[in-house]
Amino acid sequence: MIPFSLQKASSVGDAIAAARAGARYIAGGTTLVDLMREEVEQPDRLVDINALPLKRLQADGDDLVIGALVTMSACAAHPDVKRLQPVISEALLEGASPQLRNLATMGGNLLQRTRCPYFRMLDAGCNKRTPDSGCSAMDGYNGNHAVLGTSSHCLATHASDVAVALVALDATMQVLGPNGERTFPVEDLFRLPGTTPHLEHTLQPGELITAIRVPGGRYAPRARYLKVRDRSSYEFAVVSAAALLDLENGVIREARIACGGVGTKPWRMRACEQALAGRPADRSSFELAARLSLAGAQARSGNKFKMELMPATIVRALELARDVP
Amino acid sequence: MNPQAIGKPLTRIDGRAKVTGAARYAAEFNQPNQAYAVIVSSTIGLGRITGIDPAAEHLPGVLAIISHLNAPRLPYNPHKGGIDPSYGERLHVLQDDQVRFYGQPVALVVADTLVRAERAAAALRITYDAQHPIVGPRDKQAKPIAPEADGRLEADNVRGDPEAALASAAVAVDITSDIARQNHHPMEPHATIAAWDGDRLTLWSKSQFVANEQEEIAAVFGMAPENVQVICPFVGGAFGTSLRTWPHVTLAALAARQVGRPVKLALTRRQMSFTTGHRPRTLQRMALGATRDGRLTSIIHEGTGETSRYEQFIESLTSGTDFMYSCPNVRTRYRLVPLDTGTPTYMRGPGEASGMYALETALDELAYKLGIDPIELRRRNEPRIDESTNRPFSSRSLMACYDIGAERFGWAKRTPEPQSMRDGRLLIGMGTATATYPAMQFPASARARLLADGTAEIESAASDMGPGTYTSMTQVAADTLGIPVGRVRFSLGNSDFPPAPPHGGSQTMAAVGSAIRAACLAVQDLLVERAAANPRSPAHNMGKEALEWVDGHLRRKGGAASGQSYAEIVGAAGGVPVEATVSVARDPEIDNKYSMHAFGAVFVEVSVDPDVGIARVRRALGAYGAGRIVNPRLARSQCLGGMIGGIGMALMEHTSLDARDGRPVNAHMAEYLLPVNLDIPDLDVLFVDEVDPHVNPLGVKGLGEVSLVGMAPAIANAVFHATGRRIHELPIRIEHLLGV
Ligand SMILES: Cc1cc2nc3c(=O)[nH]c(=O)nc-3n(C[C@H](O)[C@H](O)[C@H](O)COP(=O)(O)OP(=O)(O)OC[C@H]3O[C@@H](n4cnc5c(N)ncnc54)[C@H](O)[C@@H]3O)c2cc1C
Ligand code: SF4
Repeated sequence: MIPFSLQKASSVGDAIAAARAGARYIAGGTTLVDLMREEVEQPDRLVDINALPLKRLQADGDDLVIGALVTMSACAAHPDVKRLQPVISEALLEGASPQLRNLATMGGNLLQRTRCPYFRMLDAGCNKRTPDSGCSAMDGYNGNHAVLGTSSHCLATHASDVAVALVALDATMQVLGPNGERTFPVEDLFRLPGTTPHLEHTLQPGELITAIRVPGGRYAPRARYLKVRDRSSYEFAVVSAAALLDLENGVIREARIACGGVGTKPWRMRACEQALAGRPADRSSFELAARLSLAGAQARSGNKFKMELMPATIVRALELARDVP
Repeated sequence: MNPQAIGKPLTRIDGRAKVTGAARYAAEFNQPNQAYAVIVSSTIGLGRITGIDPAAEHLPGVLAIISHLNAPRLPYNPHKGGIDPSYGERLHVLQDDQVRFYGQPVALVVADTLVRAERAAAALRITYDAQHPIVGPRDKQAKPIAPEADGRLEADNVRGDPEAALASAAVAVDITSDIARQNHHPMEPHATIAAWDGDRLTLWSKSQFVANEQEEIAAVFGMAPENVQVICPFVGGAFGTSLRTWPHVTLAALAARQVGRPVKLALTRRQMSFTTGHRPRTLQRMALGATRDGRLTSIIHEGTGETSRYEQFIESLTSGTDFMYSCPNVRTRYRLVPLDTGTPTYMRGPGEASGMYALETALDELAYKLGIDPIELRRRNEPRIDESTNRPFSSRSLMACYDIGAERFGWAKRTPEPQSMRDGRLLIGMGTATATYPAMQFPASARARLLADGTAEIESAASDMGPGTYTSMTQVAADTLGIPVGRVRFSLGNSDFPPAPPHGGSQTMAAVGSAIRAACLAVQDLLVERAAANPRSPAHNMGKEALEWVDGHLRRKGGAASGQSYAEIVGAAGGVPVEATVSVARDPEIDNKYSMHAFGAVFVEVSVDPDVGIARVRRALGAYGAGRIVNPRLARSQCLGGMIGGIGMALMEHTSLDARDGRPVNAHMAEYLLPVNLDIPDLDVLFVDEVDPHVNPLGVKGLGEVSLVGMAPAIANAVFHATGRRIHELPIRIEHLLGV
């Protein structure tokens, strides 16, 4: 690990000032310290934001407002989350391990880095880590990589689980920066790799995530998160899907679907959603719609199976959502 | 011997030390003035080092940068311990500019702190002339070879005419399998602290075989073995990776000598996939011929394992097939594919774990073709003797294992048709397979010392990587001496102790246990002599034949008096401790007379999600016939560990290599999947009450390996039963089971 200096911020203003002067925020540190140990991240200054008043989680009518420093564990266990948006709990509990979830924060989770193995190997070309050094995954190991939103520069997935649920829920980010406050959809936090895969998100320099707002809606009861993976726990998604259904007499009024493990960012499946509107909530509708997830998908040698697994996961997630009692 | 402790489910006597952190592992023996070494690993897979920029030498705290350019030429005297490949020569580290595989150590940075050593290692610029390595046994340029004669294993075995018998068989199956490379990835990474005192070297080093590490390092440095001491009281899991002495031990000693300070060297998790061995990937073909009523008429087993270019690592891949079932026509053939990779090594259940996979999945396939229950099929082919050697088995409880296992598991509820069992939407499958592993016993020695306070000290250079050696050996000593376990102190993991064989091959209980028993009996004989020489002793002038030991007391045979205690005998002779050191080897006649193996029957129930291809073990049961069970609690725990290892092998574990340069791409605990608690919901272990009077005086066969063998084929067979799909690759993953 490269030596660095650490400063503790006691106010949001302090934190933003420090970040503006070049410091990196550190919350739970489960992504950042891990990558600093491997020298993939090499910040020389950190500003610890854990003392900031961003740990509140509250219901605002049917909306949820989740402070950026709420831990994954606390968020998953919160009665308002379980009552209003149990799919968030489900996605969180499927992620990482209890020890990690106790430390990791909701803000940090959205900004976690990819699990592409070459990203962590300093002796491998990786455009995301070192711009213009090439992409080792393209013709190397690409079994856990994306089939949607890829470019010739990068095909790494964004590995967060809860981000998938938040994108499906149309959640919004609240950020505070040198130029004041901004609000925008969680979905817009993430960038596609294009020719600049090292630029992963749309935060401006110094901007601090303060909260995530999840709008209340009629889907809450019929929402499920399905994570498909080779080991029962403590593994990133091979493919995952958050499915939300608004039903009336067995007919779909509206559906929302997002997938993980398949896109270079949490991937909203709008074509599938549209195909489901007005259809009966049965397997054949689900299968027909799920096939549309493949539009524009491109696989490499190692991740071809995701072309089959992605629609299958969507179908299953939709069934699970439909069958919520 | 009146068993008081043996057979009892004692808890681990070192358990408290382990959970409180009092147990010290290799990297925790920090020495005064210790420096830190970091290995710089090759970033190419094959080629030559063309330059090393010395600028990093001037970074703060750097004490030395050692590479082939400045490393002293080490003698590397010939030495092969029982665990080293008998053909080829070990990697000579930092002795030339050649890079033989990705991750090979190419330089060593020594600094006053770990961080400074890491900084300098990262800054070190090395240039290479890279070539394209061949790292996969299926690569067109990979060429199989017949292994050199080894003395331990025959590469080719044949009886009868298997080809003709297969061609004319009423029913035949012919299947292939490709089992992935695995790394051991124990919790504790390899680590060594080296300290020189003049020309004496002390190594605190993670090892399953301290006696060999002592000899190997002495040979590498051209020293007398007595000038090297290796200490390793605790091992945080190993599974075979700490049997051999790998290059990092040499590097730690070299660094300490170069900088004149003690040096600590610990491998990173990533480096654990480079130079410390792996289970070789294997490619196998298994063809079986049978009569309509299920009698095997032909077995052809062709197995190929990967090895390095500089050593031939061989394992008993086809050995189980030679004797497992009754069949007049059997051919087994073992080949190696040398690749640009580090040398593989033994990993829990070496050989049998992979080889029995081929045999047991083929047998399952045959059972379906014949419409015979898989257990019944095995029963019909149960041999009376080992037909490969024509020797009787010292004991063989395989069918008893199947009987009690099937009963407890509820095998009768299985409906034979594939895809015929469901739980809601999930496909359910039940599978079974045979496990076996040889009952080995290498020579071992131990010292027993009786003190004036009536307690005993037992020493042997054995190891305890987790099975509970500390506890089980204490039980053996206590019962042999007839005293409570609390009066025995057993020490291991020190090369100054009487040598013990490798802590591998499931033989520690048999080998070290026999040595400890013999040492305790020998010390009793010495005490008899003492007592007989003492005019005030009731045993004065009496011969051994007239006396007996009862509950730790020496008395006249059949006498009513309680006799003399150890404390009294030692005390009467001035309190000088009495000790005996004894070496024990198995009578070679026994090896010539009997075929000696542990056996087991494994049962597994899996569920397969037909939509998304997830296979999970729902429950598993292993029934084992492994001789006397010294400690049922530890034995159960040992078997659970083996079964879990088998789940990993079947469904998760594999080291993926990038074909371009041979780098492992999942050398990380988040990506090298091992089973977690949720993956092991319900495991059950049964033991057949097996009395084997031949294997050794303790009647023990060992459990470490047999408990892993059989698990993977039982899972694959259960997956087939659930889905009707035979997967020819391990591990079986989601991508294999889509669309079932
Ligand atoms: C072994 C392992 C397994 C894992 N498995 C999963 C999994 O299965 N599913 C899953 O979803 N996740 C998984 N994770 C990722 C884990 O959830 C994230 O590491 C964690 O959520 C990050 O939160 P943190 O608070 O620790 O972030 P930190 O490491 O502190 O920060 C991460 C990044 O976010 C920035 N940051 C943090 N807070 C803010 C803020 N308020 N405003 C602006 N920037 C901020 C930091 O500067 C840094 O760049 C796993 C992680 C590990 C190590
Ligand atoms: S896929 Fe992206 S993260 Fe992975 S090597 Fe290529 S550029 Fe790097």
